[in-house]
Amino acid sequence: MAESYPEDLKYHPEHDWARIEGDEAAFGITWYAQDALGEVVFYDPPEVGATVSKDQAYTEVESVKAVSDVFAPLSGEITAVNDKLSDSPELINSDPYGDGWLVRVKLSDTDELESLLDVGAYKDLLSS
Amino acid sequence: MPAAADTLRQSPLRDRHEAAGAKLVPFAGWEMPVQYQGVRAEHLNVRAKAGMFDVSHMGEVRTSGPQAEELLQHLLSNDVSKLAEDGAQYSVLCNEEGGVLDDLFTYRLADGSFLTVTNAANHERDHDWMAGHAEGFDATVEDVAARYAMLAVQGPVARGAVECIADGVLPKRMRTATIPVAGEDTLVCGTGYTGEDGVELLMPPAHAPAVWDALLAQGVRPAGLGARDTLRLEACFHLYGNDLSLDRNPIEAGLGWICKLDTGFIGSEALQDVEPEQTLVPFVFTGPGIPRQGNPVNTPAGGGEVTSGTLSPCLETGAGLAYVPKGAAEPGTEIEVDVRGKPRAAVISERPLYAKQPARPAAHDPHSPPKNKES
Repeated sequence: MAESYPEDLKYHPEHDWARIEGDEAAFGITWYAQDALGEVVFYDPPEVGATVSKDQAYTEVESVKAVSDVFAPLSGEITAVNDKLSDSPELINSDPYGDGWLVRVKLSDTDELESLLDVGAYKDLLSS
Repeated sequence: MPAAADTLRQSPLRDRHEAAGAKLVPFAGWEMPVQYQGVRAEHLNVRAKAGMFDVSHMGEVRTSGPQAEELLQHLLSNDVSKLAEDGAQYSVLCNEEGGVLDDLFTYRLADGSFLTVTNAANHERDHDWMAGHAEGFDATVEDVAARYAMLAVQGPVARGAVECIADGVLPKRMRTATIPVAGEDTLVCGTGYTGEDGVELLMPPAHAPAVWDALLAQGVRPAGLGARDTLRLEACFHLYGNDLSLDRNPIEAGLGWICKLDTGFIGSEALQDVEPEQTLVPFVFTGPGIPRQGNPVNTPAGGGEVTSGTLSPCLETGAGLAYVPKGAAEPGTEIEVDVRGKPRAAVISERPLYAKQPARPAAHDPHSPPKNKES
């Protein structure tokens, strides 16, 4: 897909996004992140129930060449993981904001939202 | 030490890479294409058809003079006296302790004239080592890396594509010939590092774009250093800095076959009595995961270490090379690789992990069914 950054998402400077839905959020990696990584060939989802902490690595995505840590944009507890990615990790490349989502998280501190970037600020970061 | 982007050396094919959509990355002081459309697609294209790799970052050292052969016999692990004119030979360069300084291909271009191809990261050290040991030999060691661009054209139809743009007969495997390619004299070598048939082309840098364009027109597709790494790993070829280093000797690396100890090369004395506890073996994962360099290995005979690991595009599973205790080196031995804390099941394999497919019968093969004539 072509480079894009949806307006309705919040962004973390480590190239992760969060789609906020009440006190839950879906997480994934941005178009920029998947492009830098190249073809994702392996993804081993974390456990449902695991705790994630803002700015900490909570899972990994792997290309043929390299492993990349994925950072949590917000803190909370994982309520669902995208099982489809075990068989089709390439969805992270082809649809990073849709079918390529990584986890759903029950947020533990919605105040953290304030520290995330909106699309304009994230694009500024990319062009700086 | 990583060099700043503005000091990275550029291949003469830089603009061709950009036109082909390459992702350029710093590599051993050069900015080189790691991939174009994707590592897997490029890898599979080389296995099925033909790909071309810009390996202009690799260095060249010329050794010439009446005692050039004697000097190289003193430096290189293989028996250089067995290297025929227009022949190619694989060897390692060792220090006195038997540690590996580099692994190299050497070509005998003429009587008393040899060309040795070095790994980019080791080129200066290799040249200085070779020149530094030339005293007492009637031979000259020259760094000629700036005189050559290098293209590896590999795959089952690679030779056919090169033949179409060459004026002369291509050399057989492990032989060389200087013939016009795309209109200018080129050193064509029947070598490569992918496990496929093909050739490597050494030419003046200014001529490289013309050769690239001519090969593109023949349907040869660009392949990056990412695919070169996965291809060589499936073929179980060593990569310096991963599987070979100063801390490993060629015997434990499985390169005893290119170490002719009776030639007296530097390091041969240290290697006489080496009885390594570990040996380098290929392995494949039997479940999920991708092994990576540095992952610890657990075997029934003790611990080991992964030196190269990837997802094999042909086997579609994690695969790699690891040093393991000799008692666990038999193919079929079940091992466990610790991938960042996750134990992954694996089994020691036969080498190579992927073998070149037998050539398909040509159209004129008498055993193939007759074609219908339509005219």
